[in-house]
Formats: sequence, structure tokens, C-alpha cells
Amino acid sequence: MKAAVIVFPGSNCDRDCKTAIERTTGAAVDLVWHGETALPAGLDLIVLPGGFAYGDYLRCGAMASLSPVMTEVKTAADRGVAVAGICNGFQVLCEARMLPGALLRNAGLKYVCEPVDLEVVNAQTRFTAGYRDRRQARMTVGHGEGNYFAEEETLDRLEGEGQVVFRYRSNPNGSARDIAGIVNDRGNVLGMMPHPDRAFEAELGSADGALFFQGVLASA
Amino acid sequence: MSAADSKTIAETAVEFGLKPEEYQLIVQRLNREPNHLELGVFSVMWSEHCSYKSSKAHLAKFPTTGPRVIQGPGENAGVVDIGDGQAVVFKMESHNHPSFIEPYQGAATGVGGIMRDVFTMGARPIALLNALRFGDPAHPKTRRLVAGVVAGIGGYGNCVGVPTVAGETNFHRGYDGNILVNAMCVGLADTDKIFYSAAPGVDLPVVYFGSKTGRDGIHGATMASAEFGEDSDDKRPTVQVGDPFAEKLLIEATLELMASGAVAAIQDMGAAGLTSSSVEMAGKGGVGIELNLDMAPQREEGMSAYEIMLSESQERMLAILKPGREGDGRRIFEKWGLDAAVIGRTTDTGHLVLTHRGEVVCDIPLGPLTDDAPLYHRPWVEPHAEPHLDPASVPAPKDWAAAVLTLIAAPDVASKRWLWEQYDRHVMADTLEDSATGADAGIVRVHGSKKALALTSDCTPRYVAAGPFEGGKQAVAEAWRNLTAVGADPIAITDNLNFGNPERPEIMGQLARAIDGMAEACRALDFPVVSGNVSLYNETGGVAIPPTPTVGAVGLIPDYALRADFASMKPGDALLVVGASHGELGSSLYLRELFGREDGAPPPVDLEFERRNGDFVRGLIRSGLVSAVHDLSDGGLAIAAAEMALASDVGVELSPTSQTHAHAFLFGEDQGRYLIATSDASVIVAAGHLAGLNIALAGQAGGTDFACHDLFRTPLARLREAHEGWMPAYMGGA
Repeated sequence: MKAAVIVFPGSNCDRDCKTAIERTTGAAVDLVWHGETALPAGLDLIVLPGGFAYGDYLRCGAMASLSPVMTEVKTAADRGVAVAGICNGFQVLCEARMLPGALLRNAGLKYVCEPVDLEVVNAQTRFTAGYRDRRQARMTVGHGEGNYFAEEETLDRLEGEGQVVFRYRSNPNGSARDIAGIVNDRGNVLGMMPHPDRAFEAELGSADGALFFQGVLASA
Repeated sequence: MSAADSKTIAETAVEFGLKPEEYQLIVQRLNREPNHLELGVFSVMWSEHCSYKSSKAHLAKFPTTGPRVIQGPGENAGVVDIGDGQAVVFKMESHNHPSFIEPYQGAATGVGGIMRDVFTMGARPIALLNALRFGDPAHPKTRRLVAGVVAGIGGYGNCVGVPTVAGETNFHRGYDGNILVNAMCVGLADTDKIFYSAAPGVDLPVVYFGSKTGRDGIHGATMASAEFGEDSDDKRPTVQVGDPFAEKLLIEATLELMASGAVAAIQDMGAAGLTSSSVEMAGKGGVGIELNLDMAPQREEGMSAYEIMLSESQERMLAILKPGREGDGRRIFEKWGLDAAVIGRTTDTGHLVLTHRGEVVCDIPLGPLTDDAPLYHRPWVEPHAEPHLDPASVPAPKDWAAAVLTLIAAPDVASKRWLWEQYDRHVMADTLEDSATGADAGIVRVHGSKKALALTSDCTPRYVAAGPFEGGKQAVAEAWRNLTAVGADPIAITDNLNFGNPERPEIMGQLARAIDGMAEACRALDFPVVSGNVSLYNETGGVAIPPTPTVGAVGLIPDYALRADFASMKPGDALLVVGASHGELGSSLYLRELFGREDGAPPPVDLEFERRNGDFVRGLIRSGLVSAVHDLSDGGLAIAAAEMALASDVGVELSPTSQTHAHAFLFGEDQGRYLIATSDASVIVAAGHLAGLNIALAGQAGGTDFACHDLFRTPLARLREAHEGWMPAYMGGA
């Protein structure tokens, strides 16, 4: 098992993701600088971590989506490699058009850091395989722009095709249809606002995030 | 320069905040009049903010050494050994004046500045705390200041990716015209990789890196060392603007540069920017320094030497590299996209020599700027101290339930969820306890180990105002107690002394006596001071703030599995109070919130029992004998028990003893006490008595009400509504 975590200038959950994956799955994790024009060989998972890539200047994720390494990430995704964008990474994937929709400013207009209870809407994806027997998870969010928005037809299609994978039980940011995480139509690119990388050991308040990393790498 | 040219240099000196006799001293030391730039350099280096000229003589009273202390005060931050080759590096600093003028940027750059002090020492920042004092909630400016300061702290810390895990927030009309924003940063380093600021030799390259220098924050240190008048809003141009993204890049680049082995000495550009960083590095190293200001990265064209030297633009560093290592620097700065340039060299002249556009524009000896700066033994008088208040003279409440609800919803006690939900408390994935979890201190793991650090910030300004000596003692003791209550060994403190104008003997008396009290508590509790900051001239229109010596403290938990919080009380647990209860009501929250009175001596701190009670409680925690622990502070037993009930979501039935009046029993703020919840009460009581400690049964956990005999009974839900409701209602749509 092998994973890579992309490091943009301003990423701040890169080391957290590396630690979470290593401790929960034993997989080897490379930190890959955004300026690279090649990815390590044999990757089973690429993570775009949380943070404030390029300071969130212009629009969250907008500049990072144009980083040199993103060309390689897209190519890998086209080959079927699993790509997960967490928090800021979700924003980057939307800006890169690898996922539909956009993340707007929270409905409350303030940054929000709190625990969230999630419903695992679709446990049949490679990212949610670990939740098959329980269909729920507790993690935390920490973001100012996590309010998922897409046109009605897109939302209908996402729901109809099982592409909505996580839903908030109590919506912290105004997201359309309480959406916390989605996958692309092929099911190998995921974006989510909650942080499995901050909920992978019981003493952090929840170990439910461990199932995320274990599930996706076990299915690799 | 035209405005300056039309005045004599002596007149300009007054404008720069120098006293006429200080100006004369400069002329004497130089044997000539300084030029405009040299005067600027002197004025910031001799400002209260940079020179500690009024407080130094008193600060010397603090104990600053101990078996764990690697670096005490005098460097960018204190360094304390936590075993296994690791050290905790921390400091607290104020950004009061800028935050009052421009709350968002003032608070944001306060967070940025204190982080730089910590990573400059070679530590990765792992936690942030903040201690905030605002004016009366009813004051027209307060709400806007709260909203701005909180957004600024969150906006900066969240982006950089360091969790904000604990803090304190008070409201009092004494801060109406001068709020306090004290930020603390805690970092982790290897003991053999600590970096210092002293230049280690001559003819070494001096490298500037980070953001470009602009015209912002010029003379900020001088502004921070003066009282506010009517014109405070006109001082907005002296406030700096922060860029947390640049700070994040700066942290990573600095730590990478240090790891490359290229760094010989390093210093951030904080207050007084390039002036203080270059002067301090050369001064501490006993060498000279020569800078070519044309080489300094600049944001705009046509900046004068004066502007470059006095700018407080943020996110800048100055490093002295080992010979021939400029290449490592260039590679790392390019990777992180930072401006950088070799701007000078260390010399053997003992002088600060600046050249600009081919001319020497400043040539002054370093001695008078640093070691030989003015030092004042300012006159002081014994400050006002309230007489002791007999609990019997204080009335009982007419409606007990209403009294409890009033206190739990009082601005100083009410839940601050509104603000801490705007702070990222979880980034770095090592946070065990934060503002949300119900513990007396924030706790972060030492990454990859069983160890954890407990962090707290404490001061009870109303106690210090009513008795500076006892109040100073109490601030240190409460910090020690909060760390103990989570099961940590308290190891060291940083202090942030916020006072009024030291030129007034009464204020100087508050400072002197508060330091005496703090120093006594530090000695008794083996709790050395390793870093700190002094903020004086916190006055507006001649009215000083309540004296506020904030204590930021760090404790070490050897195994975080053996720790305590106050959110784990179980139904059926007995509640015990460890420590003697006399029912002290002087300067209590009860007196202030219910009767509008702020009189009476603060509760005295018996340091011997503080220590014995604390050591006993820590032992219980490590033996796994308690389910929950909470220190007794604002509002006494009633509020501590209410907070424990709310955090645990379990009811409490209190049972008053006959020794004191019921209201003194419930609301007295006697020090050195802990509330513990346990299923092993008899074992603990027996052990406590054997140890010669005062320990008494105070109630029982269970049900869904918060109650005390026939005095009051309130559903927890109602209590929660009052506790959680105040701040969102107050902030409204802000």
C-alpha cells in the first residue's frame, strides 16, 4: 500500500494526513511538493490535504488547482487511482473541475470548528467501504468556506447516482442538502469537508476517521 | 524629511517619545547630536516596549532558573526541558494598543508576532492561547472590538495551522478605553537544536528573508509605549497588517534552513523591525554590524533609510549564516517563494553602521542602545489594598436560584463558545483537551509519544486591583492549580504584565507589588518564569486599566492516559472539596454580579497548602481514583459544581456544611481548592486526613437538576440555556 499527500504552499494538514494514514494502515506515505511534475510510482491513494493553499487568496483552492502537480493528479485519477480531497483539498478538486459544484462561504459567515455527526449515505464506494456495518461517523470540521453548492440538476444527479457519500446530521455551514462529501461519477475521486485526519484515534475524540483510510487502502 | 528639517532634532526627540533628559543622554553618549535616523533608532530601542526601562529592576525579583530551565528571560522565548531530548519553547506577548485601534489586524499580528518568537528559537509552534480583556459589554465599542479581535485571532492562527486550545476572556469597564489582547504560543524543539540570536563572530553574512519592507507600522513600538488620548483613531497607520500565508511559508522555510545547518544566529523582526533585530543580534554577540539598506527587499520605491529601519512590516526574519552557506539559504527561500537578500555583515567595530544610496547614514556605538540603555528606579508608593471583608456582612441572595443563574450567565463565566468555535482547535491532530472539552487546561500531545503538555492562561484582575500583592500571588497559583487539576506537573510560566503609566507612583506600586506576589508564589511552587512581556501605559485619558499580570503556564503530563477533566463526572459520584473553605467573599464575583460591589480584600493564597492540596489531587488523578476534577475559582463551589454538571451532563445535589453561612459556602472564593467527583470517597477522605489536608463532602452527582437542599433546584437544561445563551445573544448578528 502506498499513498502520497500533496503539499501546496499553505497546506497545513499534510503532516496530519501522513500520520493518520501511517498509524491506521501502515501504508508508506510520501509528501509530494506541489511543484513536482511527476508522482511516485505505484500509488494507491493521493490525498489533497486541508489548509489554506496560497492563503486562500483569490478563491479557496483556485491557485492550487493550477499547480504543476495537479496535471499529474488528474492523469492518475484518469487511470483510476483514488484521489481524496479533505477540506481545502475538496475546494481544490472543485476548482480543478475534478468534482462538480463549489464551496461557498459558510451560511453563518464565520469560520466554524466543531464536531459533526455524519451519515454514511453510500457505503459502496472505495472511500466508505470501512463504514459498511455502521453507516455513521463522527469527525470534526474546521472551515470558513464549506457550504457546498451546485445546481439543482447536479444535486439531483449526485443523489440519484449515489455520489453523495457523507451527509451532516446537523448542518454546520448551510451546505445544499446537508452534503458533507461527494465522489465523482467514476467513484475514484472524493471531496469532503470533515477531517478523518483529525479523528483517527479515540483520544482525539473519535477514531471513526481510521475506517476511512483503512477502507480506501484495503480496497486498493 | 521636510517636516523633520523644519524642527530641531531635540524637538523631534520629544515627538518620538523621548524625555528631554534622555535626549541629553544620547548627545552625551555620541558626543554629538544624532541625525534624524539615529534618533529614530535610539527612540525605539529606548522605548519602554524594547528596553523594559521601568520594569527591569522589578523583573529581577522573579526566579528564572530551575533544573528544567534551558533558557530563561532575555531570548525570544523561554526554553524548558521535557525529557527525551525535547524542549517546550513558549512566550506570551501583548498587542493591546494595536488591537484597540484596529482590532482585526492588531490581534492577528499579535498572534503572528508571538509565533515568530517561538519558531525563531528552532521550535515548531504546536499550540496557541489567548487572554482577552474587553470593556463593559454595554460600552458602545465593546461588541465591535470582540468581533474584530476574535476574527483576527482565528483568521491568522487558523491559516497558519496551529491549534488555539485555551484562553480566557473578561469584561470590565476598566478596559473600556484600552482592551488587552495577550497571545501565547507554545512550540516543541529538540534540546540540541535550539537557536539563539547572539551573533557568534565577525565577518558573517547577515541575511534578510520573508516579506518585503513597507511603510506600515513605523514607530509601532513607540505608540505601544504611550498613553492613548482623544486621537487614538489617528494612530491607525502605526498598526501593522498581517499575512498569515506569508507566516506559514516563513515557518517552514525557517525550520528547513535551521535543519540544513546553515544558521549561526537568528532573530525575527518584531517590534522596531530591522532596528531591534540587528541591534540585538550584534549587541548580544558583542560585535558590530554593517547593513546596506539598498539591499533590503522593499515593497515600494523611494523608501528612506528611516522608513526601512523603523518599519514594522510583518513576517520578516534576520539570520546570520555560517560562512559560505548563502547557497543553502537561496535554495530554500526560492522553494518557499520568499524574498531574501544578504544585506550586510557582522564587524569588529562594535558599531551599527548603515549605508543607503552610497552614503553612511548612521554610525553609532551599540552599547548605549542595549546594555547601556537608561534604567529607571521609578518612585512608587504602596498601592491601595482593600481591607478584609467579613463574610457575615455580605447579604444572602433573596432568590438563590436566580443568583446561580445570574452568575452562570455573567459575562466572565458564561460559555465563550461563540468565540472559540471560530478557532481551529484540532489542526496538527494532537489536541486532547481544548476550550470545548471541559478541562481546566488545554492539552496537546507531544507528537508521537505518551507525553502531553497542559497549557493555561490566568489572571483575576479584580483581585489584583483590590490587592496587588495577593492578586499577583493568586494569578500564579491559579495557573499552577489549573495545570494540576488536569494531572500535569506544572513546570514553568511566561508572564504578560499589563499596567498603566509607570510614571505615576501608584501604578508603579501596583507593578512592584504584583511582581512581589508573583515572585513569592513562583518560588514557593518551583514555577520559574522563563519569558515574558511588559505592557505599560495602558491608559486612556489618564485612567489606567485594572492591573493585569497575565500568567501563561505550561505543565508536563508524563502519560496522557492518566489525566483528568471536569466533563466525566458519573451519576452516583460523591463530590469532595479539597482545601479549606472559610467563605471568603472579598472582591468575589458574587459580590460584583449580584450587588454591584467590588470591595474587600481578595482571598489570600496559602502557598504551603496550595502545594500540598495540589500534590494530593495530582496523586489521586494518577492513581485513577477520581472521575472528574475542577479548580474552584470565580463564583466558588456553586459555579465549579455547575460547570462540572453542565460539562458532564449529570445533575448535582450540593449539601452545605454548617461551618459557614450558606452563601459563603456556595459562592466564597477561597483559594487552593479543588472539586473532585469520585466513586471512592471514603478512601480519598481517609487519605486526605492522613495527609493533614482539609477535605469535605460537598454533594452528590445524579439526576437532571442542579440543586442545593431547600435553597434552590434548577433543571440542568435551564442552567445550560443561561450559560450558553449570554454570548450569542450579546453578539447578535456580529
